[in-house]
Amino acid sequence: MSGPSTYQPQNGFLKWFESRLPLGGLIHSSFIVFPNPRNLNYWWTFGGILAFMLVAQILTGVVLVMHYTPHTSLAFTSVEGIMRDVNYGWLLRYLHANGASMFFIAVYIHIFRGLYYGSYKAPREVLWILGMIIFLLMMATGFMGYVLPWGQMSFWGATVITNLFSAIPIVGETIVTWLWGGFAVDNPTLNRFFSLHYLLPFMIAGVVVLHIWALHVPGSNNPTGVSVKSSQDTLPFHPYFTVKDALGLVVFLIVFMWFVFYLPNFMGHADNYIPADPLVTPAHIVPEWYFLPFYAILRSVPDKLGGVIAMFGAIAVLFVVPWLDTSKVRSANFRPLYRQFFWILVLVSIGLGYLGSRPAEGGYVIASRILTIYYFAHFLVILPLLGLFEKPKPLPASITESVLGKGAANVTAGAPAAPQTK
Amino acid sequence: MAETATAVPTRRDFLFIATGAVGAVGVAAAIWPFINQMNPDASALALASTEVDISALQPGDTLTVKWRGKPVVVRNRTQKEIDEAKSVALSDLKDPVARNANLQLDAPATDENRAAPGKENWFVMVNVCTHLGCIPLGQQGEFGGWFCPCHGSHYDTAGRIRGGPAPENMAVPVYSFLSDTKIKIG
Repeated sequence: MSGPSTYQPQNGFLKWFESRLPLGGLIHSSFIVFPNPRNLNYWWTFGGILAFMLVAQILTGVVLVMHYTPHTSLAFTSVEGIMRDVNYGWLLRYLHANGASMFFIAVYIHIFRGLYYGSYKAPREVLWILGMIIFLLMMATGFMGYVLPWGQMSFWGATVITNLFSAIPIVGETIVTWLWGGFAVDNPTLNRFFSLHYLLPFMIAGVVVLHIWALHVPGSNNPTGVSVKSSQDTLPFHPYFTVKDALGLVVFLIVFMWFVFYLPNFMGHADNYIPADPLVTPAHIVPEWYFLPFYAILRSVPDKLGGVIAMFGAIAVLFVVPWLDTSKVRSANFRPLYRQFFWILVLVSIGLGYLGSRPAEGGYVIASRILTIYYFAHFLVILPLLGLFEKPKPLPASITESVLGKGAANVTAGAPAAPQTK
Repeated sequence: MAETATAVPTRRDFLFIATGAVGAVGVAAAIWPFINQMNPDASALALASTEVDISALQPGDTLTVKWRGKPVVVRNRTQKEIDEAKSVALSDLKDPVARNANLQLDAPATDENRAAPGKENWFVMVNVCTHLGCIPLGQQGEFGGWFCPCHGSHYDTAGRIRGGPAPENMAVPVYSFLSDTKIKIG
């Protein structure tokens, strides 16, 4: 956080370096002594997991590019070459492809964590918006990455998603032609998607730096939502949270590796092992699973422009959640009604994901419409009204009291476990 | 100079704004090549036309050719399909405009304006759904024309949108009959 660093360089060289570039002090104050609320639970380990996944995706991606050819005539073949000929190519590609899915699983848990514990509320609005920008960049990156193998789903996914922009009045067609670099999705499209797919992860890394910076100004929220009031409410980042994050990461990696080694194509589509054919659309086009809720919202509106607006609106509404939620209480643990609506929203989102994977016909469309209306109602109607009508439960006086019970706060003052006695 | 030294705007204000304006024009001019490079290049624009031999097509047959990366269908329609298309009132159409590149922009979407002039059985169309660009399947759907499997748009036997999310009739490209058995698309 702010204030003079407590970092003490251990030898002459580090002292010399620190006086010229205080990098050691920055790392020390950000990741060693940084005070975190002592009551963080395992839902808070997903930030670290996401940082790990970004690095893992960049590493496997950089290596895959050494064997991939971004041309319509060679892309599919080169990906098959990675699978069959390149040493450990199958492993690297499965890590990258499943890594994208695991990245989204982690980010959805991270976002719902924020929604449950009110982590978006003052003073963390900018932190939340930066996170939403990262989410948007992730979606663009994931979409363009899925186009690169140039299978049937790659090609038709690219066609359908880029055609969303044709819904814009007057200039829509011009924009789509500009995006394609031609009159259909073709080699120029593949080339530019490849270029941007390589660029965007580094832009994500840049926004992640801002995200962590914005996190370290107010510090982490916590399960009670009560702000840190004294040093006994906190523990230093190392070793307490480095170890907790590491355990969370290991468990997460076990699930990740289970997919990589036992179900590597579970989250993909068989159609993408058919080379792209511009003259034949697969019978049932579905995007990657992590786009399905938004895809269901798109299809639930029986109007082209309206559907596109609803889909982008579903993401846009998340940006203004800090101002839609009128409640002063952060954590859903102390908001009996919001807590129930939160879990309904989780179920509605999963339901939309399921409906997005079904054909757009009959009862599926009607169900999508109901859930889409509920999704928007949650943010635009329920959230603002709940803050006015809900009677929250009494909040604990401090984080320490919530952990140790009333009266215990004084007992532990000065005890060895309590750090930060500066 | 004495009287201008305190007057607002001063000479300095003018120079400041003028410099900024020139700078803004310079930045815009520098950005344009970076934007325009993404538009179709000369080789994409060169694939402008293609010739098709239609002599083998019996009534009810469809030929698909690739033009500008898109499938174009040339269909020899049956009498039943023509009659169905002609029997539709313009007021029943979701998109009342012909979308025929050979005609005026506001030509009504009658079957005459959709089919080849004077050869009503011949029908040429870019077989790309106007919703999100999938390829509709021929001779399917509620109106016996085309049906898009992606999001459920129904087109009639003249490629006009009749149901589902698509907003427009499928486009009729620029084409001409070079002879009775050969057409040029583009």
